[in-house]
Amino acid sequence: MSYSAMLGGTRWTFADLKTLLGKASPARSGDTLAGIAAESATERVAAQTALADLPLKTFLDTALIPYEEDEVSRLIHDGHDASAFTAISHLTVGAFREWLLDERTTTTDLTRLAPGLTPEMVAAASKIMRAQDLIVVAAKCRVTTAFRNTIGLAGRLSTRLQPNHPTDDSRGIAASLLEGLLFGVGDAVIGVNPATDGLDDYLRIVTLLDDIRRRLDIPTQTCCLGHVTTAMQALSAGAPVDLVFQSIAGSEKANRGFGISLSMLAEVHDAALALGRGTVGQNVMYFETGQGSALSADAHFGVDQQTMEARAYAVARRFKPLLVNTVVGFIGPEYLYNGKEITRAGLEDHFCGKLLGLPMGCDVCYTNHAEADQDDMDALLTLLSAAGVTFVIAVPGADDVMLNYQSLAFHDVLYVRETLGRRSAPEFETWLQGIGVVDPGGRALQKSPTAAIAPAIALIERMAS
Amino acid sequence: MQDDRPDRGDQFPDESGGLAHLRRFTPARIGLGRVGSGQSTTATLNFRADHARARDAVHIPLDFAPLEEALGSQGWSVVHLRTAVKDRSEYLRRPDLGRRLSQEARALLQGRAMGSDVVMMAADGLSSSAISGNLTPLAARLRVLLLARRLTLGPFVLVEQGRVAIGDEIGELLNARLGIVLIGERPGLSAADSLGAYITWQPRIGAMDSHRNCISNIRAAGLPIEDAAKQIDDLVSRALSHAMTGIALNDRCSRLAPASVTNSESSPKASSSEAGTASREENTSM
Repeated sequence: MSYSAMLGGTRWTFADLKTLLGKASPARSGDTLAGIAAESATERVAAQTALADLPLKTFLDTALIPYEEDEVSRLIHDGHDASAFTAISHLTVGAFREWLLDERTTTTDLTRLAPGLTPEMVAAASKIMRAQDLIVVAAKCRVTTAFRNTIGLAGRLSTRLQPNHPTDDSRGIAASLLEGLLFGVGDAVIGVNPATDGLDDYLRIVTLLDDIRRRLDIPTQTCCLGHVTTAMQALSAGAPVDLVFQSIAGSEKANRGFGISLSMLAEVHDAALALGRGTVGQNVMYFETGQGSALSADAHFGVDQQTMEARAYAVARRFKPLLVNTVVGFIGPEYLYNGKEITRAGLEDHFCGKLLGLPMGCDVCYTNHAEADQDDMDALLTLLSAAGVTFVIAVPGADDVMLNYQSLAFHDVLYVRETLGRRSAPEFETWLQGIGVVDPGGRALQKSPTAAIAPAIALIERMAS
Repeated sequence: MQDDRPDRGDQFPDESGGLAHLRRFTPARIGLGRVGSGQSTTATLNFRADHARARDAVHIPLDFAPLEEALGSQGWSVVHLRTAVKDRSEYLRRPDLGRRLSQEARALLQGRAMGSDVVMMAADGLSSSAISGNLTPLAARLRVLLLARRLTLGPFVLVEQGRVAIGDEIGELLNARLGIVLIGERPGLSAADSLGAYITWQPRIGAMDSHRNCISNIRAAGLPIEDAAKQIDDLVSRALSHAMTGIALNDRCSRLAPASVTNSESSPKASSSEAGTASREENTSM
């Protein structure tokens, strides 16, 4: 089935649905690399015009990746809630955009709708939306999750503390961790990307993080971001695993590239739930995603990178995660070339994740070979905060010394709390007040209360490296 | 690691309220203090300087003339080629083109297949300063070590705008038994001049990343030239005797330090040491 639109006296035709979506995608290097981007600015708008006229129902009977060949397609199709979809089943993509923007469409409506939406529907709508559309609609969504604190409440912005170290040195990890706590960072999760993926290091890291958490009685959760197979072994060994992490993507083949399948995720999800470590909730999974990962694994099936990214969210929501974030600028300039493309992708990913019902965060970040700098990160952080982003990631001085890229600095979290008044998760904020990091209004106090973390400092000094 | 960053002492004024003494445990930027919600002017400018160094490593073109001269005087027969990439912007957007030779380059190599044991290659990659700073002494040392093993050496091929897999096409045209690609790694804030060495048994177009071995972070303050040359020489010897490179070779050589020799990975943000990061960077969508 082909699609077409008249624009500038020319009839533009698009051979099939994935071609239409690819050509309608706002420009980015990854789609050009894949050979599926529009070849001119006019062709792009023609595709967007044809897409706007497309009934949403089309996405229910046209699989971008065949049902028989792909378990993610099967998950999307079989998991679709037809009764939730009824509210918008009569709309085109263009009318759906207007329905989302309409002030009569409330937070409750969007929450009820989420299971009736497919990734392809929300990706399609995002392609014809401006940045402000993506912000205003996402800000209407409310997704709340919980483990030892409550994430995603109105007016809140949580943060992942990422105390990575090039060789996973315990004292090095702990030093960055404590610095972050004094900036009030870490209510989403204290999560370390391990330099190696061995079981021994995984066990050492989760034990270290749990020791510090218990010693300081912090109402938050910890995570070692190793592979799920390592997490599964650690769970069997009785390790203190709060959250299980995994990178995921939008096709079965791309997930195979990550060494995972839906059944493996289901197994590890069950194992983590069985520990019952959460005190105020039982969301035990943490996922990271990013545009371009399917293409880099040659597992995109001719589908544009933004739609593939949204399909990864279908995988995520199956497992009721505590946290999901796009690692938006990490993948490199062959997928997102510059600050403009990274910014657009960050807003799209957040919008799509939220509409699909995910606790969506973002690693606001870039690499040194992308055309981007801290100014771009400041802008994206500000935009995402306006959009109500669930959480962002922060590292000391914006410099991740293990993964060699730039994320946000602990300082940047203070900036956004100061500027936009976003506060930490309530349980964590109460703890911060107790140790003297913030005042009762949630604002950072000038003097850092190092005495409050003395038990953890003593732990470090005693530790062998 | 802690001492890699220039002017480290000046960079972190001690106003952190007590955590400054923890800096000895990590190269991370802790203990920066704060000014309101922001960073001090010194910390802000130091960060910009580190980023500028990394950006310059990516964007300042590599000057090949002094390299050709230096390699020539070491006794190498030097060939200077270009990939199909037309400029730096295209190099960054189109890694596929950085893995293929230009037509002229291909024509130049046609008919020069000698079936040498080892063909050495060097490409600017993502850091010109990695090559300008490290290539000449590394090539000199490797030449001595490889000749001592009575190996036959092909020409030293210098490639502009190249990715790791460019060694596959060159190796195929020259019918090399073993290809060694020395390439500038993606610069970080703490080190902009890291060189990586990728070793591939029977390099041919379409070779899989899992069939290569990588030695990473070669630079004075990382893995020094002398040690790097020894590790490469050691890998060459074992690759030739086992007739393989990659994961399979690692499995047979467990005495290698895992941190310095890696294979490619495909998981975003799951890469490990600088070696892992660089190999992921260079090898995505090969």
